[in-house]
Amino acid sequence: MTSLPITLTINGHRHELEVDPRVTLLDLLRERLDLTGTKKGCDRGQCGACTVLVDGKRINSCLALAVSQDGANVMTIEGVARGEELHPVQAAFIAHDGFQCGFCTPGQIMSTLGLIAEGQAGDDPERIREGLSGNICRCAAYGGIVEAVLEAQQQLAQADRRTAA
Amino acid sequence: MTLELSLNQQPAHARQGSSIGQPLTRRDGFLKVTGAARYAADNHPPGMLHAVLAVSSITRGRVASLDIEAAKAHAGVVEVMTPRNRPALAADPDAKDHPFMFRLDLLQNDQVRYPNQTIAVVIAETLEAATEGAALLSPRYEALPARVGLDDAESFVPRGVGVGGPAVQHKGDIEAGLKSARTRIEATYETPAQYHNAMEPHAIVAAWDGDRLSIDTPSQGLAMAQGRIAGLFGIAPQNIHIRSPFLGGGFGSKGMISGPQVLGILAARLVGRPVKLVLRREQMYGPVGHRAPTRQTLRMGMDGEGRLTAIHHHAKTASSTFDDFFEPAADASHTLYASPAITTSHEAVRLDTGTPLFMRAPGEATGSIALESAIDEAAHACGMDPLEFRLRNHAEVEPMTGKPFSSKALRECYSQAAKAFGWASRPLQPRLMRDADGFLTGWGMGTATFPAIMFQAEARAVLKADGSGLMETGAQDMGQGAWTAFAQIAADGLGLDIEQVDFRAGSSDLPNAGIAGGSGHTATAGMAIHNAGAAVIARLADLATGNEASPLFGAGNEGVLARGGRLYRRDDESRSESYAEILARAGLTEIEGHGKGAPDPASQETYAKHAHGAVFAEVKVDPDFGQIRVTRLVGAFAAGRVINPRLVRSQYYGGMIWGVSFALHEEAITDRRSGRIQNANLAEYHVPVNADVPSVEALLVHEDDPYVNALGIKGVGEIGITGTAGAVANAVWHATGVRPRRFPIRIEDLLV
Repeated sequence: MTSLPITLTINGHRHELEVDPRVTLLDLLRERLDLTGTKKGCDRGQCGACTVLVDGKRINSCLALAVSQDGANVMTIEGVARGEELHPVQAAFIAHDGFQCGFCTPGQIMSTLGLIAEGQAGDDPERIREGLSGNICRCAAYGGIVEAVLEAQQQLAQADRRTAA
Repeated sequence: MTLELSLNQQPAHARQGSSIGQPLTRRDGFLKVTGAARYAADNHPPGMLHAVLAVSSITRGRVASLDIEAAKAHAGVVEVMTPRNRPALAADPDAKDHPFMFRLDLLQNDQVRYPNQTIAVVIAETLEAATEGAALLSPRYEALPARVGLDDAESFVPRGVGVGGPAVQHKGDIEAGLKSARTRIEATYETPAQYHNAMEPHAIVAAWDGDRLSIDTPSQGLAMAQGRIAGLFGIAPQNIHIRSPFLGGGFGSKGMISGPQVLGILAARLVGRPVKLVLRREQMYGPVGHRAPTRQTLRMGMDGEGRLTAIHHHAKTASSTFDDFFEPAADASHTLYASPAITTSHEAVRLDTGTPLFMRAPGEATGSIALESAIDEAAHACGMDPLEFRLRNHAEVEPMTGKPFSSKALRECYSQAAKAFGWASRPLQPRLMRDADGFLTGWGMGTATFPAIMFQAEARAVLKADGSGLMETGAQDMGQGAWTAFAQIAADGLGLDIEQVDFRAGSSDLPNAGIAGGSGHTATAGMAIHNAGAAVIARLADLATGNEASPLFGAGNEGVLARGGRLYRRDDESRSESYAEILARAGLTEIEGHGKGAPDPASQETYAKHAHGAVFAEVKVDPDFGQIRVTRLVGAFAAGRVINPRLVRSQYYGGMIWGVSFALHEEAITDRRSGRIQNANLAEYHVPVNADVPSVEALLVHEDDPYVNALGIKGVGEIGITGTAGAVANAVWHATGVRPRRFPIRIEDLLV
């Protein structure tokens, strides 16, 4: 396969890449860039384990060909914390036991970040459940996930108010 | 040993309240929320190639041809492994030396015995090239008709069910019991084939170095996997190093090494380079086990007071055409309800499927939904409240054996959960409750139970010169929280704060921790850890009490207590000495101790050991369209000592949601003509998503059990499914007046 040149900004780092046009964004991250935090659960956009943010919006990276993302700004789970300092969503997932095996967790967290950015969920658990239903958790840690999202949103809102003041 | 440090009988420092019982967050939490936890498929050794399976699209027959040339001609393809060039094995993959050894499909011939069986493996420089190479193989088949349904083959009585239990068991005279009954019910329930569908597909990264083998693969039983691979390849087990620090879910499907995992090892051997092989989701519907379908008939008789006079639980199930695993569904009736006559019986057929295997609560889950539905029918036939009926038939001793229970706080579970749920205001008759939006509302309940099982495990404990500790056991964490709960047990066993303990697990070069299955891992490996801690503390105590320079000298049979990195005289806690001081005086850099965990044969003989629980469910059903939503679940469970309530609650939630899934969602649908599974993907094989999940509450009911093991641990991983599935089904009946008899419950079943 003839490789095609693309440029991606991933977690703030610019990458100039030559990629086989068959390569999905997910496989590019996992198999070529050693960003294995993003997981492959189904490779068909059915489970959400591969959720990443592209230009701030959550997508299933298994359904996106890498070449179609030329110029995009990608954020993966590896780009969420600042060193040892966890993002409030990450900390809340731990505090509320919003995972068991942890395999879907990177996708759940990226999906949560996308959901919060969309401003759709608010403090309504029902809407959070709906908004995160593209991310399957077979361990069924759903209750903890919803609690974690509620708490993280509160913390983020407080932080915003502090910044504004 | 001069002093009595019988920590087996007296987990003294456990009662000091250091680590056991604390709701610690997961020790692996940071790694999991940052993406740094490395699962098998995240490994990428230098020179690694990608292997992709080509799988059968027929159900039965043989592979007539493969276009190997086309695949090999594709850029990047390195090799195609078929029966012609597959490296030789030291053992026949169809041999079965013991019941826990399952036959594997390792390209031993051109025969196809189920859909999605591997027919070739394509190995390439990239995943894309391997995937395309597999597509280019364009297989041609000689196909035979598929046998797919419970009525499609001749039925027989299996030699054993589950882990080898008798297929038929009797107590009392079932026909006499039925004859003497005032009221009788008989009902047949069907449960579908289900697939584990752990989020992490089975994956392996295998690298050979001569006759040494290095593997990253998820395993619920490292030592068993190591032994199986050693046997297949004719190498020593210690030459095989398996790393499985994190499993992306297992639920039984990663208990035994599967065919595709071994094919990854064979591929690495064939090409002489490290190979990664990851199953595609649809390829998980065949070679890695499933829960077999069942058809269960229950006959029950009740006297004028609603006491059971007979329970006959019969289950028909299926195994594959080439191996034996028989879902022990009817055995669910052995433990819960008192009856003078109980018969459980099984029959089976052989179908063209992959071999069914253990899936979270194997037998218990399938049997429970039928039994709890039938109990509900029986209560209704007697005009009794379902809780009152269950209390009327509460088993004071294990019904089948007459053994006393080692502990049984089921009555407390019933009362706590019923109170939290508000059960007392439930109308007896169905179809009487509606919510404000006009939805039919129903309340149902089920009893939960799961045996307290122990296997065999070992652990090694070390105390170091700096006063810190190390605990090693090859335990497996598939999400249940082993990294955390075992570290808590280790900390108490070593008398250290948890921060002072380095806990190592998830690797086959550590002591054998047994299997993470049967809800027995915490009890088994936990006891090994506890005993290893006791052994090394005993050595330390010997060093101190035998030395005149120690404030503990001569503590003798009064013994010592280990706590917070110091040994204290039990009778005078003002006299103490730190671990570091004791080791420094002895001139030792470290000391070690070993411990084992295993069931106690004497108490096994004497007591029936089970965890219990009660689950109450509320459902709402659209009266026009039949849509069902579970809106509320309350469970209360008594399972002995709780090591970490935060993690235990999560196990109960997960199990209960699996129960909802059993009642309402999951089902593998087989095409009757082709024998293929039509919904082998996560869009059409339904598992609950976040929006499907109601408010779930799990109450932890206190239970002291002095007989199961010294720590008093039963097990919590599977019990949540039992009881819950039946509670949901019974709530659907209560909402609609329609009795669900096949699962998952379909809308069309309610529109009658």
